[in-house]
Amino acid sequence: MDILVCIKRVPDISGQITLDASGRDIDHGALGHTISAHEECAVELAVQLAGATDGEVTILTLGTDDAVEQLRASLAVGADDAVLIETEDPGAYGPEDIAFAIAEAVRTRANDSRSCDLVLVGNDAADTGDFQVGVRLAYELDRPVLTGITLLRLAEEAAEVDAASEGGPTSVEAYGIGPAGTEVFRLPLPAVVAVQEGGVEPRYPSIPGRMKAKKAPLDEVDAPEPVHGNPRNALELPPEQSSTVTVLGEGPEAAGALVDVLDELGVLR
Amino acid sequence: MASVPSQASVVVIGAGIVGNSLVHHLAQLGWCDIVQVDKGPLPNPGGSTGHASNFIFPVDHSREITDLTLDSIRQYRELGVFTQSGGFEIARTEERMQELRRRMSSAQAWGIESHLVSAEEVVEKVPYVDPSVILGAFWTPGVGVVDSVGAGTMMRESAQTLGALTVSPNTEVTGIDVEGGRVVRVHTDRGAIETDRVLVACGVWSPRIAAMAGAAIPLTPAVHQMISVGPVPDLAAIPGEISFPIVRDMDALCYERQHGSDLEIGSYAHRAILHEPDGIPSIAAAKLSPTEMPFTADDFDPQLEQALELMPDVLSDPNVEIRYAINGLLSLTPDGSPILGESPQVRGLWSAAAVWVKEGPGVGRAVAEWMTNGLPEVDVQGADIARFHPHQRTREHVRARTSEAFIKTYGIVHPGEQYESDRKVRLSPMHSRHEELGAVFFEAAGWERPQWYKSNAHLLEEFGDRVMDRTAEWDSRWWSPIINAEHLALRERAGIVDLSSFVIFDVFGAAALDAVQAIVVAQMDVPIGRVVYTPVLDEAGGFRSDLTIIRLAHDRFRVVTGAAHGMVDVKWFADRLPESDAAIADLTSSFTTIGIWGPRARDIVSALTSADMTNDGFGFGTARTIEVGSLEVLASRISYVGDLGWELYVPMESGAKLWDTLREAGAGHGLVPVGLGVYGTTGRIEKGYRAFGAELDSERTVVEVGMSRPKVKAQDFVGREAHLRHREEEPKTVLCSLTVDDHTSSTGEKRYMLGGEPIVDRDGQPLIDGHGRRSYVTSAGSAPSLGKHVLMAFLPPAEAVVGNQLQVVYLEERYPVTVASVDATPLFDPDNERIRR
Amino acid sequence: MTLVFVEIEGPDAPSGSGGVQLTSAEAVTFARTNTAILDGGSAADSSPLEVAVIGALTDEARDRLAHLGVDRIHHIDSPDVHAYSAAAWAQALVDVAPTHGTVMASGTPRGMELMAHVAARLGARMAANVVAVDEDGFLRQVLGGAAFERLKLTGALQVLTVAGHACDPEDTAPTEPEILTHSPEASADDLRTRVVRTEVEEADDTSGLTQAKVVVGAGRGVGSADGFAEVLELADHLGGALGVSRVVTSLGWRPHAEQVGQTGSRISPDVYIACGISGAIQHWAGVQGAKSIIAINTDEEATMVQRADYAIIGDLHEVVAAINEEITRRRR
Repeated sequence: MDILVCIKRVPDISGQITLDASGRDIDHGALGHTISAHEECAVELAVQLAGATDGEVTILTLGTDDAVEQLRASLAVGADDAVLIETEDPGAYGPEDIAFAIAEAVRTRANDSRSCDLVLVGNDAADTGDFQVGVRLAYELDRPVLTGITLLRLAEEAAEVDAASEGGPTSVEAYGIGPAGTEVFRLPLPAVVAVQEGGVEPRYPSIPGRMKAKKAPLDEVDAPEPVHGNPRNALELPPEQSSTVTVLGEGPEAAGALVDVLDELGVLR
Repeated sequence: MASVPSQASVVVIGAGIVGNSLVHHLAQLGWCDIVQVDKGPLPNPGGSTGHASNFIFPVDHSREITDLTLDSIRQYRELGVFTQSGGFEIARTEERMQELRRRMSSAQAWGIESHLVSAEEVVEKVPYVDPSVILGAFWTPGVGVVDSVGAGTMMRESAQTLGALTVSPNTEVTGIDVEGGRVVRVHTDRGAIETDRVLVACGVWSPRIAAMAGAAIPLTPAVHQMISVGPVPDLAAIPGEISFPIVRDMDALCYERQHGSDLEIGSYAHRAILHEPDGIPSIAAAKLSPTEMPFTADDFDPQLEQALELMPDVLSDPNVEIRYAINGLLSLTPDGSPILGESPQVRGLWSAAAVWVKEGPGVGRAVAEWMTNGLPEVDVQGADIARFHPHQRTREHVRARTSEAFIKTYGIVHPGEQYESDRKVRLSPMHSRHEELGAVFFEAAGWERPQWYKSNAHLLEEFGDRVMDRTAEWDSRWWSPIINAEHLALRERAGIVDLSSFVIFDVFGAAALDAVQAIVVAQMDVPIGRVVYTPVLDEAGGFRSDLTIIRLAHDRFRVVTGAAHGMVDVKWFADRLPESDAAIADLTSSFTTIGIWGPRARDIVSALTSADMTNDGFGFGTARTIEVGSLEVLASRISYVGDLGWELYVPMESGAKLWDTLREAGAGHGLVPVGLGVYGTTGRIEKGYRAFGAELDSERTVVEVGMSRPKVKAQDFVGREAHLRHREEEPKTVLCSLTVDDHTSSTGEKRYMLGGEPIVDRDGQPLIDGHGRRSYVTSAGSAPSLGKHVLMAFLPPAEAVVGNQLQVVYLEERYPVTVASVDATPLFDPDNERIRR
Repeated sequence: MTLVFVEIEGPDAPSGSGGVQLTSAEAVTFARTNTAILDGGSAADSSPLEVAVIGALTDEARDRLAHLGVDRIHHIDSPDVHAYSAAAWAQALVDVAPTHGTVMASGTPRGMELMAHVAARLGARMAANVVAVDEDGFLRQVLGGAAFERLKLTGALQVLTVAGHACDPEDTAPTEPEILTHSPEASADDLRTRVVRTEVEEADDTSGLTQAKVVVGAGRGVGSADGFAEVLELADHLGGALGVSRVVTSLGWRPHAEQVGQTGSRISPDVYIACGISGAIQHWAGVQGAKSIIAINTDEEATMVQRADYAIIGDLHEVVAAINEEITRRRR
C-alpha cells in the first residue's frame, strides 16, 4: 500500500509568544519548527502500514524551502521520498487552496504511475487549526474520508477479500474515538484520512534513518496560485492576565487549607 | 513576590557553576551580605551549566587553563560529584598523531598522567569503537564527569549556611546604576539593591548585563550541537551513569560520552552559529531552557556519519534513536580565553564569564581571591577583562574571531597561528612601505606587524647555513629563515623595525613621581631624560608587567609597554594613582616608534641630525629630543635586541617620513627592514631578555628570573615587602637558558622546538622545582649569532648549573640540551658591549 | 438564516440519554445571540434560528431547545443516518441548509468533521473554533489557544464551529419551535464510510474525563509511571477523573485517553487540580474551561501556578498524600 502523508512546518511553541511587525503572524524569533503531534502519528501509521504491505511512504508539504527540514525529519523516521510544493508565501493560501494544491500533486503523481492508496493528513494544523483540509482534499479527489482517526489496521476480514483482488488491500479498518467509545470504520481505498494523535507512538529517528533521509529523493514542484486566499486579517494575543493566585502554603502543611478550599467549592463529597 | 535585600556587599548575577562557586568562595573568604540573583529558577536556572556535557579533560596547551581545571577537579572531588571515567582523544590522521604527541608534551609539562596508546588499547576499554579508523589515542586516566548543577547547589548552600548569602531566584536584573564611574545600585524586578560591587557571572547573558552599566564583556553566545541517542543495549546492561571512558574523536571534531543507557554526541564541526545576547528567548518563551535552542539537524548530519564510522555497531542499530537534540548555547570570546576581573570601564563591575564547567570552581575561587585581596593564587592574567583594546570589544570583532575560531575548538592550532578575520584594524603609518617590501604580517592587538620581509630573501644567500633553516613542516609553519637572515644583517650592519604597536601612556602631574615610584620596582627619582626598564609587581612580589619608563620632565613620565599587555598596564597604573595631582594620558595613537639597531645605527642616525649621538653625548639609558631633518624626534637609547641603537618616537603622521629618511640614509650602510620575528624572538633570546607572559608571571619572583638589582630603593612600591623577603630566601626555581646540542630526530630530520616542551634529566625523569612546577620550555627560538637553538626554562636550583646536561622532549622524542646560562647573563655578547659602545 | 447542528447526549452521559449536549447548547446560545450578524445583517436585526437534530429527538431535547430560543427544528431520521456516516449526515444537513447565512456546530470532533463536509459540499468557506463574531468578521482560536485570529469569510453562506466554552448556555423565553421531519436517503457514495462497530474499552473512554466535575491533573512532576498512586487516590476521593499532560502520555506512563490539552481532551470541570504540571500552552488550551484551578508545584513561577486560583508550593507526592490523609481524617 502506497501512502502519501501531508505535513506542515509550524513553529514549535510551548510558552510565551509575541506577534511580528505585520500583526498577521507570530514572531518566529528563536523558535524552532516542527510538525504537529497528529502528523507525527500519521507518519508513524503510514510507515507501519506501508511496512506491512510492502508499500512506500511519501511525505508532502506545501511551503517554502525551509520546510525541507520537516520533510527530512519525516524521512528520517522511515518514509521513502518527499514532495515539496514550493511557494514563497504559504501564508497566502487558504484551506481550499492547500487542498487543491495537494490534490493536483496527487493527480500528477498518479499520472506518473505513482498513485497512492491512502492520503494521510493531520486532524488539524498546529498553527491555523482549520480542521478541513483533509475533508476538502477528499472532495477534490472524490475519495471517502475520515477524520479523528487514531489507528489504521489491515482488517482480517478485509484481507480475505483483498486476497482475491490484484495488488494491495482494497480497504482498511480505521479507529477513532467517538462519543460512545472507539468507532471502527471500514474504509475502502483509495481514501483520505485525517489522523488524530493517540493511537501510535511516533518513533524518534535513528542515525541510519537520518542518514538515509539526507539522501532520499525530494521532488520540488511549484505551487498553484491561491484562488480563495487566506481569510486571516490579523492575529491577536489573549490579554496578559496578572496572576491572582492565592498561595495556600508550602509543603504538606498546607493540605488542610486546600481541603477547606475544596469544601468551599463544593466538591468535597 | 518576595523582594530582594536593599543592600549588599556584592551582588552576584547568575547561579550557574561560576556564580555558585563565587558565592561559596566569597563566603569562605569572609564576605557577608552577599546577594545572588538569577532570572531563572533553582537549581537549574536555564543557562549553559544546565545542559553542559559535564566532562573534564584536564590537559590543555595553556598552563593557566590547566591550572584552573586541576583546581576545579580538586573542588568537584571534595564535593563528591566527580566520577572518574578516563578519556581518549583519538587520532584518525598522522597530523593528529603529531598533535597528540604535542599534547603529551603539555601533559608532561603540567604533570598530568597521560599515555599515547594504540587502537587496540582503546577497544579494550571502549569495546564499541571500530579500531580500523583509529591510528592511535591519547589516554588520560584522570578524565571524569561531574554534576555541575549539584556542585553549584552545594556551594550555594555552604554560603547560606555561613549566613553570608541571600539567594533570589526568578529575579531579573533590569538595570545597573553607575555614579562617578562606579557601580552603586542594581535594579531588579523585585526591587533595588545598593552595592558597590557587582559580579557578572551570567554566561551568555553577560554582555547584556554589562551593557546596563555601560561596559563591555566581549563574548558571543554560540551554538554547540549535542544529541543524545539510545537506548544502547551495551550501555543499558551496566548500571550507573558512566562506565566507559569518554571518547573525543579529534579529527571528526566531536565527542561521544556515555550517559546511562544513552550516548551523547557533541559536535564542534558544524559552521559557527552565533546568537545575540538580546536574542536569547526568555524562560517563558523557550521550549526547553533558554540556552537549549532548537536543533538544526542539517548542521549535524555530517557528524552522524563520522560517529557511525567510529561506533558502527551501536549507532547503526535502528532501535537506538535520537531522543534529544539541542543547539546548546555557550560563550565564546575573540581570543578563546575567559573574561575575568574588574572592568576597566566601570569600577566595581566584575566579570566571571566565558567559563566552561571544567574551569568553573577554579575560576570562582580565583576571582573571589582577586576581589578580596587583589591576588588570585592561580595566575589568571591571560583572562583579565582589561586585556581588550577598544576594537576587540566590538560586536563585529567578537563575531568575526569567534566564527573563525569555532572550528578550531578541537582543531590543531599552531602556536604561531594567525587569525584571518577582522584584520587591518590598526595600520602603522609605514604600512604601505611594508606591503611594497612583501612583509608577512602577524597581528597583535589589531596592529599589522611585519614578521619578516620577503624582500629580504636575498639575504638567505648571503648568510647561507647560518640562517638555520628548518625542514620539518610543523617547525617551519608560520616561520621563515628570512627572520634569521634579518637578524644576522642587524647584528652585522643595522636593522630598522616598526614598533608602532607599543602602548604608550604618560603619567603626569605634581604627584607623578610619587605615583610611578609607588608602582614600579626601579628607582624613578632619576634625572630628566633617563630611561628606566623596570618590573611591575603585585603585593606578593609576582610579576604584573615589565616595561620602560622615560622621565620626560619633573612631573611627566612616559610609560612604553607591549601591545598585548598594554591595556592591562593602563588599568594597573590608573587603579593605583593618588587621589589627586596625577593623571594618565593614553598616547598610543599619538606616537609611532621606529627602532634602529646594529653596529651601523649610529652612523646612519648621525648623518641625519646635528645632535651629538656619540656614546659620550648620548649614553645608554637616556632619551632626548633631536632633530632629524624637519622632524622633532624623541630618541631613546635602549634596546630589546641587545645592540647599539635607538627607539625613535614621532607623531603618527610623521612616521612614514622618518621611516623613509632612515631607510634612505641607511641604504649605503646595508640597513635592512627587520620584522618582529627578530625583535620578539631571535634578538631577545640570544640576549636572555625575558618576556611577560612567557617567563614573567605572577608566580615567579624577580629573584627567580634573575632580574634583581644590587639594591632595593628605599621608597615603598607595590610588592616591596615581598620582594625584600624573596631576596633573603633561596629561590625555588631558576630561569635558565639552554642550548640544544643535537636536533636530529629518529628519522634523521632536524627538529626545532617551539616552546612548551618538558625538560627532563638525563634519565628522562621530570624535573620539579620548589613551586611544584615541572620544568618546561617557556620560550624557544633561533640564536643565529650563536648558530644555536636556545630554550628558556625554569629549572630546580640544583639543576641550574652551567654545563648541566639535560634533555628536552619534543613530539615524544628526547634531544640533548645543555644549560648555558643560569641568570640574566646573555649568551650573546655577555658583557653587553654592543649596546654600550 | 442560521442553522445549528445539535448533538444529543448518548446513553453514557451522566445526565442520562437524550438531552442536548452542553457544547451544542453553547453553540445554540452563541447563534441566538448573534443571529442577525450570522445572517449577514447588523446586530440590531433579528433572524430565524433553526437547528438540525439527527436521530432520535426526545421530549427533553425539544424542551431544552425551546428554552434556548430555537425557532425551528429539523428532525432528520431514517435508516441511512442511524449509524454515523459523516458524508450521509452532512448531506442531510446540506438538504436543510439555507442558501445564505450560516451553518454551524459546536467545535466537537463530530461538529468539526460534519462542518468540513458541509462546507466542501456547499462550496462555502469555513472557520473553526470561533469565539466571537461582529460585523467585521470572526475571532477564532488558533495555535492551540495561544492566539486568536481575526478573519472575514466571503460568500453568501458560511460555515463555522464554535469553540468549546466560548459562551455559557443561556435560557430565554421559551419558544414553540416548529418541527420539520426529514427522512433522507443517502447515496451509496455517502455510505462508503460507516461505523461498522463500536468498541468500548475503558482505556479509550474519555467521557469520564470530559464530564467530570473534578479533574486531578498530573504532569512530568509525577516522576515515573509508578508515581500516580496519590493522584489517583485523590481523584477517587473527589469522585473525579485523572487527566494528564502530553509528556505523561508521550513517556508512556498513562494512556492517551487521559490526555488533556490541545491534542487531547478539552475539559470544563468545576475544579481542576494540576499536580506537577508546568502549564505549557498546549495543556492550558485543554483546561482553561475549568471554573477553579488549583496548582501543586515545586516552582512558584510555573505558568500553571501563576494562572491558578489557589496553589501549594511543594512536592506533589508529599502534598497530595497529605491532602488524601486530611480528607480521610475529616470523613472519619
